[in-house]
Amino acid sequence: MDLFLQQTTNALALGGTYALLALGLAVVFSIMGLINFAHGELMTIAGYVLMYCGIAGVPFVVSVPLAICASMVAAVLMERIAFRPVRNGSGATMLITSFAVAMILQVLFQNFISARSQAVLLPAFLSDSFKIGGMVIGVNKIVAIVATVVMLIFLDRFMNHQKTGIAMRAAAEDFAVARLMGIRANTVIAGAFALSGLLAGVAAVLWVSQRASVDPLMGFTPVLKAFIAAILGGLGSLRGAVAGGFTLGFIEVYLAAFLPPELQEFRDPIGLCIVVVLLLFRPNGLVPSSVLKAVKV
Amino acid sequence: MPLLSVDSLQVRYGAVEAVRGIGFEIHPGEIVAFLGANGAGKSSTLNALAGLVPVASGRVVFDGTDITHHAPERLAPMGMTLTPEGRRIFGTLTVEENLRMGAYGVSDRAEMDAAWARVYELFPILFERRSQYAGTLSGGQQQMLAVGRSLMSNPRLLLLDEPSLGLAPKIVEQIFELIGVLRDQGVTLVVVEQNVAMALEIADRGYVMSGGRIVSSGTAGDLSQADRLQAAYLGAE
Ligand SMILES: Nc1ncnc2c1ncn2[C@@H]1O[C@H](COP(=O)(O)OP(=O)(O)O)[C@@H](O)[C@H]1O
Ligand SMILES: [Mg+2]
Repeated sequence: MDLFLQQTTNALALGGTYALLALGLAVVFSIMGLINFAHGELMTIAGYVLMYCGIAGVPFVVSVPLAICASMVAAVLMERIAFRPVRNGSGATMLITSFAVAMILQVLFQNFISARSQAVLLPAFLSDSFKIGGMVIGVNKIVAIVATVVMLIFLDRFMNHQKTGIAMRAAAEDFAVARLMGIRANTVIAGAFALSGLLAGVAAVLWVSQRASVDPLMGFTPVLKAFIAAILGGLGSLRGAVAGGFTLGFIEVYLAAFLPPELQEFRDPIGLCIVVVLLLFRPNGLVPSSVLKAVKV
Repeated sequence: MPLLSVDSLQVRYGAVEAVRGIGFEIHPGEIVAFLGANGAGKSSTLNALAGLVPVASGRVVFDGTDITHHAPERLAPMGMTLTPEGRRIFGTLTVEENLRMGAYGVSDRAEMDAAWARVYELFPILFERRSQYAGTLSGGQQQMLAVGRSLMSNPRLLLLDEPSLGLAPKIVEQIFELIGVLRDQGVTLVVVEQNVAMALEIADRGYVMSGGRIVSSGTAGDLSQADRLQAAYLGAE
């Protein structure tokens, strides 16, 4: 029972990080139909900021907001430089552009920083753990869960009560009509990227604080997982992204904990099979986007 | 001076030429009807005026400003807006959120309060349903929301694309009544309608479109008699 609860805590921590990443993908996708695979590189950028701050001796309370800001600025610049010119292109065009952006950034990291994995100096308390009954719970897990909850509450408030957030929901449903209302296309899209950068930045801090290292390809695996989570939840649906993220987190952690040792090697394929089976039963995802994407003028 | 003047407007979708160089003027305080069969190019015309589809050639001047290539988001603050065909309310937003989006560009507090008061007075049902998701409203209520949302930006010129489409006769009557009320409140209106008889009853003037061209125009009285009106419908069928 204790082991089960402990693994549940781990699943919540990992699932929450996936949920934040999937949300970042979903926010952008819902508004402009782009699956931004360079989302992972936003994480990597935040990771490198944490690393350099650690080297420079900047306190963690300062380096975390710096890393998150860097990821947000990078996201907005990415939109300005790479995605705006192809905004009216097809989904495939934008998808390929995002691959290109991801690869260019990876090469830049490899050449200007280091091709190898670099250690990130973290405050000691993050690697502490404490005991509740028979459970051993890492402080970093608790931090991840709390951060996820705070972000989800913030996002909910923003999307439902702030004028800009409501405008983003309107634009996700009918972009052309949103513009008729005087909602500026550039503002909503830049806002969506800033939000996705914020989510990627927070996710990066959580990701790095579990691993204490950063490398040029760091963003690839989590963003792939987030992509799977977003599909599982229902692409373009924000609630779906959260549901998909947590579901994937639970699948992975429980498989790692409870699969017999001889099957551990097949953990990832088994996890994906579970996702596929879930999708067979719910082809539009766990919480499908309520907006049917019709081609509209 | 006309509030809106359009000269040689052309709209194309790839090889399809939907609007083939039309010109017309709308004067302050008028209700002008656009009539014509399905596919005549009426929606394309309004959408081009509102910036939703690009103008291939020609010139559109609103209140002395050339808006031919303005992005759609610039027009509401200037005092012109479109209630598009098929209503296109934001179904996943509440009624109140829809209206709030309609007033997106309004920053003046007093103007905003006046807009809320006006819309809720015109459509008490929207006030009742304000926290409901717009997608759950009936067709007639959705149309009222669509018009209400447009009114939130306090337009001087309102383009209505088929406001009575698919609505029960009783609701259609309400919509036409509303158009009269709006004119009395000082709004200039361009109305695209399939319901020719009712449109000509309320409009001052009308244009008849067919095959992307204006084939007839005149006062509402003239048009209700002209054979050319029938010809435009029959010809395009
Ligand atoms: N988005 C579009 N893409 C291609 N053709 C279109 C599009 N919208 C309208 N058309 C074509 O343009 C012509 C005019 O359509 P429209 O302006 O909708 O007419 P109306 O509103 O008078 O019924 C029609 O032949 C229609 O098929
Ligand atoms: Mg039409």
